[in-house]
Amino acid sequence: MSTITEPSVSTAPAPSRGMRFTGWAANYIDERTSASTAVKTLGRKIFPDHWSFMLGEVALYSFVVILLSGTFLTFFFDPSMTEVEYEGSYLPLNGIPMSVAYHSSLDISFEIRGGLLMRQVHHWAALLFVAAIGLHMLRVFFTGAFRKPRELNWIIGFLLFVLAMALGFTGYSLPDDLLSGNGLRIIDGMIKAIPLAGGWISYLLFGDEFPGLDIIPRLYVLHILFLPAILVALIGAHMVLLIVNKHTQFAAPGRTNDNVVGAPIMPAFAAKAGGFFFLVFGVIVLIASLFTINPIWNYGPYDPSPVSAGTQPDWYIGFADGALRLIPPHLESVIFGYTWSWNILIPLVGLLVFLAVVAAYPFLEAWVTGDRREHHIAERPRNAPTRTAIGAAGVTFYAALWAAASSDLIATHFRLTIEGVILSLQLITVVGPFIAYFVTKRVCLALMRKDREIALHGFESGRIVRLPGGEYIEVHEQLDDYERWKLVSFEEYQPLLIRPDANGRITARQRVRAGLSRWFFEDRIAPVTQNEIESQKH
Amino acid sequence: MADSPDGARQSGDNEKAVERHDGPAPSPGVSVARVDRLPNPGFPPERLRVTDTDPAKEKQAERTVSGLFLLSVVGSVFAVVAYIAFPIDATDPSTIRLNNLFLGLGITLGLLGIGIGAVHWSKALMHGHEQVEQRHPTRGSDETRAKALEVFSESNKESGFTRRKLVRNTLVGALVATPIPAVVLFRDLAPAEDPIALLRHTMWEAGTRLARDPSGTPILASEVTIGSVFHVIPDGLAQLEYHRLEEKAKAAVLLMRLPLERLNEAENRRDWSYDGIVAYSKICTHVGWPVALYEQQTHHLLCPCHQSSFDVANHAEVIFGPAARPLPQLPISVDDEGYLIATSDFNEPVGPSFWEREL
Repeated sequence: MSTITEPSVSTAPAPSRGMRFTGWAANYIDERTSASTAVKTLGRKIFPDHWSFMLGEVALYSFVVILLSGTFLTFFFDPSMTEVEYEGSYLPLNGIPMSVAYHSSLDISFEIRGGLLMRQVHHWAALLFVAAIGLHMLRVFFTGAFRKPRELNWIIGFLLFVLAMALGFTGYSLPDDLLSGNGLRIIDGMIKAIPLAGGWISYLLFGDEFPGLDIIPRLYVLHILFLPAILVALIGAHMVLLIVNKHTQFAAPGRTNDNVVGAPIMPAFAAKAGGFFFLVFGVIVLIASLFTINPIWNYGPYDPSPVSAGTQPDWYIGFADGALRLIPPHLESVIFGYTWSWNILIPLVGLLVFLAVVAAYPFLEAWVTGDRREHHIAERPRNAPTRTAIGAAGVTFYAALWAAASSDLIATHFRLTIEGVILSLQLITVVGPFIAYFVTKRVCLALMRKDREIALHGFESGRIVRLPGGEYIEVHEQLDDYERWKLVSFEEYQPLLIRPDANGRITARQRVRAGLSRWFFEDRIAPVTQNEIESQKH
Repeated sequence: MADSPDGARQSGDNEKAVERHDGPAPSPGVSVARVDRLPNPGFPPERLRVTDTDPAKEKQAERTVSGLFLLSVVGSVFAVVAYIAFPIDATDPSTIRLNNLFLGLGITLGLLGIGIGAVHWSKALMHGHEQVEQRHPTRGSDETRAKALEVFSESNKESGFTRRKLVRNTLVGALVATPIPAVVLFRDLAPAEDPIALLRHTMWEAGTRLARDPSGTPILASEVTIGSVFHVIPDGLAQLEYHRLEEKAKAAVLLMRLPLERLNEAENRRDWSYDGIVAYSKICTHVGWPVALYEQQTHHLLCPCHQSSFDVANHAEVIFGPAARPLPQLPISVDDEGYLIATSDFNEPVGPSFWEREL
C-alpha cells in the first residue's frame, strides 16, 4: 500500500484528494485492525446466482427492517398492564378502561406521525420474515442443500425458524388488544393441559391467575431482548458457516463439485445484494403505506368475555391452531384421578414430532445413503424423487393444518357446514400426505424419464420434412453438450445390499437401513452415459 | 482487469496448488460410480451484454442508474415534506390515513430508488463475467489437524485434565450445580398461593345476583324471554378494584331461556334452572375462549376459537369440535325481588382442563 508521504515518481498521475484521503483512512484502519486480511480473504469470494438463493436474503433483510422499525416502536410503547381510561383521538374507545400497553399502542397508531406506518412496517416485515424463512427452508430441502457439510447450518436455520415464530407470537401479544389477549388465553389453556405441572407453569408464566398483570411486560422482555439476542447470534453463526462452506450452485456446464462460479462479493455481489436490501425494505414500506395490518383499534382492549367470530392468528401460527381444531370431540381421560387432555396433548406432541423430523431429516438421509462426501451441487428436485416426495407430503400435512385454522371462514365463505369442512380437513391431514407422496414421486420419475429421452434422442424441432417416398417426419434435433449437461449430471444411488458383518450376522440396524434405502432408491432412473450417446449416434 | 471470458475464469487457478485430498477419501455410500459418465463440457462461450458492446447503451445505463439515485433523494425529501404537510388532526381520522400514505410512499421511493439503481448498476455496468473459485475440503488439512491434536494433548498434559480425575469430576459437578440457584430464583414469578385451589372457585356464591356484562345491572327473571341470551357477570364484579379480569375470566356466564319441553334436565339438576332459564359457564372447556355464539333455534353454543359446539338443551354437552367436557352449569334461582341469583358456586372447576382437576 503506497503511503501519501511518498513522492509520486511514477508516470501515473498523482492521486486525487479523495483518493488520497481514502488511502490514508484505509492505512489508518489497517494498522489498527489488520482489516486488509479480511478484505483479501473475503473481498473476492464468489457467490453463485440463482433466483431461489434470494429467499434467504429476503429473510435476512426483512429481519433488519424488523430491527429498525422495532427500535422506533420501543421509543413509544409502554408494556405496563396498569388499567387506565382511554383518552385520545379514537373516539369510539373514549372512556373505556384498558391497559397502558393497549393505550400506548393506540397512541402510536393515532397520535404519532409515522407511528402507524412503523407499526405496519414492523408487522408486515415480521410476516414476510417467517414466510421467507419457510420458503428458504423449502428451497434448501428440495435441492438437497442440507447435505454434508451443511447439516449443522440446517439445524441453525431450523432454530431460526422456531425463534422467528416465537418472536412473532410474543410481538403479536404485546398490544394487549382483544385478539392478542385471546391468543394468550389459548396458550394458557394449552399449558394447563401439560401433565403434572400445567397449572403451576401457567401460574408462574402469568404471575397470577390468567390474565394477571405481568404477562405483557414479561413477553416484552422476551420480544425485544432475550429472543432477538439469540436470533442475532444464530444469524451470525449461520453466515459464518455460509462463508466457510461456500454457497451451493446448480449443475451447469463448467460448474463442478470442486468449484464455485459466480460474481465476487466486491463489487458485483455486494451491489446486487445491497440493492436488494433496499428493494425488500422499499416493498415492505410500500405495502405498509397501502394496506392495513392488525387494526387493533377495531378489536378493543382485552376482556375475557367478549369475542368476535372469524378471528385468525398470524399466518405462521395457523398450523398449530389448525391442529387444535382438527381433534375429534371428547378426547380426555381421567386416570387415577389425574386428567389427561388428549385433545391438546395429541396436537402438541404431533407438532413437536413434525418439527423434530424436519430438524433431523439431513441426518436420516445421510444415514440411509451412507454418503460421507461433501456435496456442493444443488440438486434439481426431480432427481431425488423420494426426498422430493417426502417434502411434498410434509408440505401437504402442514397445509392441511394451516387451512384448518381458517375452517370457520372456509365454511362461511363457501357456504359449507363447519362439520363438513373439519371432516374433510381431518381426512386430508391423514390421507393427503400419502397421496402427495405417491403423486410427487411418480411426477419426478416421469420428469427424469423425459430428461433422459431428451438427452438421448434430442427434442422435437417442429420442422416437418417430407421424404422422397411421401412420408412425413418431424426432425429431432440433438441438444448441444452444454444443454445436455444439465440433464445428465446428477448423483445416482442404489439400494443397500445387506451383507453379514464380521461375525456372520445381519444386525437389525442393517436391516432397517437396507429397508429405508430400498424405500429411497428402489425406483430410480440412471443418467444418460457416454456409451448410450455413442451407440445412439450410429 | 482481465476482460476476456477466459481470463476472468482463470482467476482461481493459482489456488489449485493447495492440497485437496487429505486422509482417506470419504465413503460414497450407496451412490453408483460409473466410468462412462458424460464429461463436463466446460464453460459455454460468454454472452456479452449490450452495455459491453455498445458505448451508447453503457452511457444510457449510467444515466438511468444516477437518475434512480436522484429519484431516491426526491423520495426522501418528499417523505419529510409529507411528515410536515400531512399532520394528524385529532378531530379528523382521515388525516391518519393521508399521513400514513404519503409518508410511506416517500420513504418507499427513497428506498426503491437506491435498490433498483444499485441492482441495475451491478447487472448492467459492473464487470459481468462469471468468476471461478476453487472449493477445498471443509476439514482442516492433516497437518492442521495434527497441530490441533497436539494443542489438546499438550494442554491436557499441562493441566492433567484426564489424569486428575477427582479435580475434573468435582469441577463438572460444580458447573452442573451452579445454575440451580438461577432456576430457583424464578420461583417468585408468581405468588406463593397454590394456583390449583384458585382454579376451583369463582366469585359466584349462594345469593349472588346475576348481572349484565359489562354494565353490572342485575337481571329480572321476567326479562329473560325465550330465544334471548344474556352475557352475565356476578353482581359486584364490575366494581372490583383488583383482579377484575382474573375473576371475570372464570365467572363469565351465559344465560338463556328455553321452552320447557325442549329442556332436558337430569334428576339431580332439576333445581339448577328457573322456569326454563339456565346459566352455563361462558368459558370454553377446551382452551378457555368465551363461547359467545348462540344459535337461537337449535339452542347450540359455538366457540368461535376452535368451533366446539355445546347443546344447551342437553346439559351443554359437546356435540362437535375438540372440547372434551360439557360447559359447567351454574345453579340459579330468583330472590324475593324477582332477580336471578346463583344458589351456589359452580360444582366443578370452569375453563380448560388441568392435571389435578378431578382430584
